[in-house]
Amino acid sequence: MMLRLAPVLIVLLLVAPILAGLGMVLLPAFGYLPALGRESLTLAPWQALFAEPGIWRSVTISLASGLLATAISLAVVLLYLAAATGSRLDRWIRRLVSPLLSIPHAAAAFGLAFLISPSGLVARLASPGLTGWERPPDLLIVHDPWGLSLIAGLVIKEIPFLLLMSLAALPQLDPERRIAMARSLGYRPTLAWWKVVAPSLYPLIRLPVYAVIAYASSVVDVAMILGPTLPPTLAVSILTWFSDPDLDKRFLASAGAILQLGVTAAALAIWWGLERAAKRLMGLWIERGERHRGETCLHLAGKLWILLATVIAFVGIAGLAIHSVAGFWRFPEALPESFTAAHWARVLPSLAGPVASTALIALCATLLAMALALAALEHEQRSRRPPSRALWLLYLPLIVPQVAFLFGLVVVMEQLGMRPTHALVAFGHLLFVLPYVFLSLSEAYRRFDPRWSRLALTLGASRNGAFWRIRLPMLLAPILTALAVGLAVSIGQYLPTQLLGAGRITTVTTEAVSLAAGGNRHVIGVWALVQACLPLAGFIIAIGLPRLLWSRRRGMQGAP
Amino acid sequence: MNATHRLELRDICLQLGDQVLVELDAEIAPGEVLTVMGPSGSGKSTLLAYLAGFLAPAFQARGRVMLDGRDISGLPAERRGIGLLFQDPLLFPHLSVGGNLRFGMPGASADKAARVEQALANIGLAGFGARDPATLSGGQKARVALMRLLLSAPCAVLLDEPFSRLDTHLRHEMRRLVFDRLREAGLPSLLVTHDAEDAEDAGGRVIELSH
Repeated sequence: MMLRLAPVLIVLLLVAPILAGLGMVLLPAFGYLPALGRESLTLAPWQALFAEPGIWRSVTISLASGLLATAISLAVVLLYLAAATGSRLDRWIRRLVSPLLSIPHAAAAFGLAFLISPSGLVARLASPGLTGWERPPDLLIVHDPWGLSLIAGLVIKEIPFLLLMSLAALPQLDPERRIAMARSLGYRPTLAWWKVVAPSLYPLIRLPVYAVIAYASSVVDVAMILGPTLPPTLAVSILTWFSDPDLDKRFLASAGAILQLGVTAAALAIWWGLERAAKRLMGLWIERGERHRGETCLHLAGKLWILLATVIAFVGIAGLAIHSVAGFWRFPEALPESFTAAHWARVLPSLAGPVASTALIALCATLLAMALALAALEHEQRSRRPPSRALWLLYLPLIVPQVAFLFGLVVVMEQLGMRPTHALVAFGHLLFVLPYVFLSLSEAYRRFDPRWSRLALTLGASRNGAFWRIRLPMLLAPILTALAVGLAVSIGQYLPTQLLGAGRITTVTTEAVSLAAGGNRHVIGVWALVQACLPLAGFIIAIGLPRLLWSRRRGMQGAP
Repeated sequence: MNATHRLELRDICLQLGDQVLVELDAEIAPGEVLTVMGPSGSGKSTLLAYLAGFLAPAFQARGRVMLDGRDISGLPAERRGIGLLFQDPLLFPHLSVGGNLRFGMPGASADKAARVEQALANIGLAGFGARDPATLSGGQKARVALMRLLLSAPCAVLLDEPFSRLDTHLRHEMRRLVFDRLREAGLPSLLVTHDAEDAEDAGGRVIELSH
């Protein structure tokens, strides 16, 4: 049956391109690339790589920003969850954070850049009153050599991801009962959460955390917008070398890609070590049985940091909107003197093509991913066996850095004679869309009461009938949410689009990122805003459509 | 609906590993309700899952299930002709009341709409066809679930403690309705329960499981 093939197909689709890509990076890293007439193995690319000025600094920044961004995001999320009591403020924060997940990394990074740059909103609000600045100071805040703004940009995007992953995992731990038990033993609520819920929660979100480390240590688009420039992070350097017209630089880029793989692996290994240490320390802290000390501090931190990060992200997006319609705007003024539609009018004619490409690629990749995910999950239900262990491979594209294998994949595709078409880009996106679609759907699918399908069968419906007429409509809301997640992931992809499209296929994301170097803030504002709004449209449909369809079915109003 | 059917359970033995859960040999005549009683954990639900065709792969089963002289043990659930009434009414929440009734009706009969309307009138719910099932009371939902089962024209029926979730005053009334209808339709039925009153009202033979 076709369904039986689905899990195999998924694994093949995810693993084969990554292995092929890694292979075609590994060979040129040692000077072997027959297409360019090099057929002998040599260490020359590595010698060239380590002779690059600032290479070690690049490596250090990549490693440090990956670890720090992950540690900070995780800390903020755990602090929030520990202090959350279901109060109005908490629910409000949770509702604010969710849409942030859909905003592409690049748009959020531009928002942050516009906020903190020397002539950004923060400097304007503080000037000249607090700072005395009459003109933008000559400070390197965005692109700072320590990568601090890069870390900040990553943190505001990874918080929503880790928060939603934690919220999905929490119900199976029954945190209310655990806290009630600890409180009856005299623990204050926030401390109780840290001592009886956090240690069980972490193993459940470990893989998403690893995905964040891998992403943050190898990100390209955010690093181009916020990261240091002299030298840039390792991932950005690799992209520069690969795009160099001098084809010999490809060997350098390949060696760099392998180094990136090592950097990410090192980051994961260091994190693993930190995990062990943290576990020991937590164990000692829990055993000491302290019930009160630190409660207020932890409680306040739980509200403060997540609120700060969320507000920064939203003000950043608002800043994009203001810049996109700002007319003349003298420095210390907090608001522009005039507003104009000229920037939009100028960009609008060139908007249609990239928006259409973005939508086409996102829809193809997402629908294909959905079909595969549904087939695999339906097969799992019908065979009634526990989820296949091979499915951990779903995390492979999220843990192997994009820069490390995509170059190789491009070479493979070139050799297979594949032209850089929309279909090829959509295929590249599928690698990253499929895991998210599958992970976001599997939860609801596996929780679905099996009695519904059994009932349908005893009423004489076929298995396919039960799927189309019962399971699919009843799971409409989570399916639409998974589709929206898939679309958002695809829309935000920079590197796969840029590389597999050979720069000839432009989406809103590649266009927005390519403007980063130019520095026309009004135009960037327009593009980044469009980029931020496209995925939002998907989520609005995902939330609105079921409400509309089931407006006369009360039993379908809550999530099944 | 008045055809008569006969269900035979021949030397049935269900095992989990080395542990024997259920051993049963019985014959259920048309219109008869056989009650299988036992505390929770006695293998009642495993027996039902086996008869309906949903036995989890971890279990081993021996014996034969014969429906009208035909061995159905190897058939998939949807082709066994065995209907199931669950603890909960389980009306499909995305379909109307009428849609729920139509879901199980076999083939494309021309008078579907009329039969649905008549069936609703039959259980005192005339004109409820377009209603959202979530707006029905507990007793009304239970009656719709029963009617949906009957309209799907099964050849035998399994009852999985269908009265345990009902209020006490509804329970007796619902039992009478269910057993009367099943007898009327000449369906052999197997009821599993831990409630002695269920068995009493069913009025048939009672088999006790005691593992």
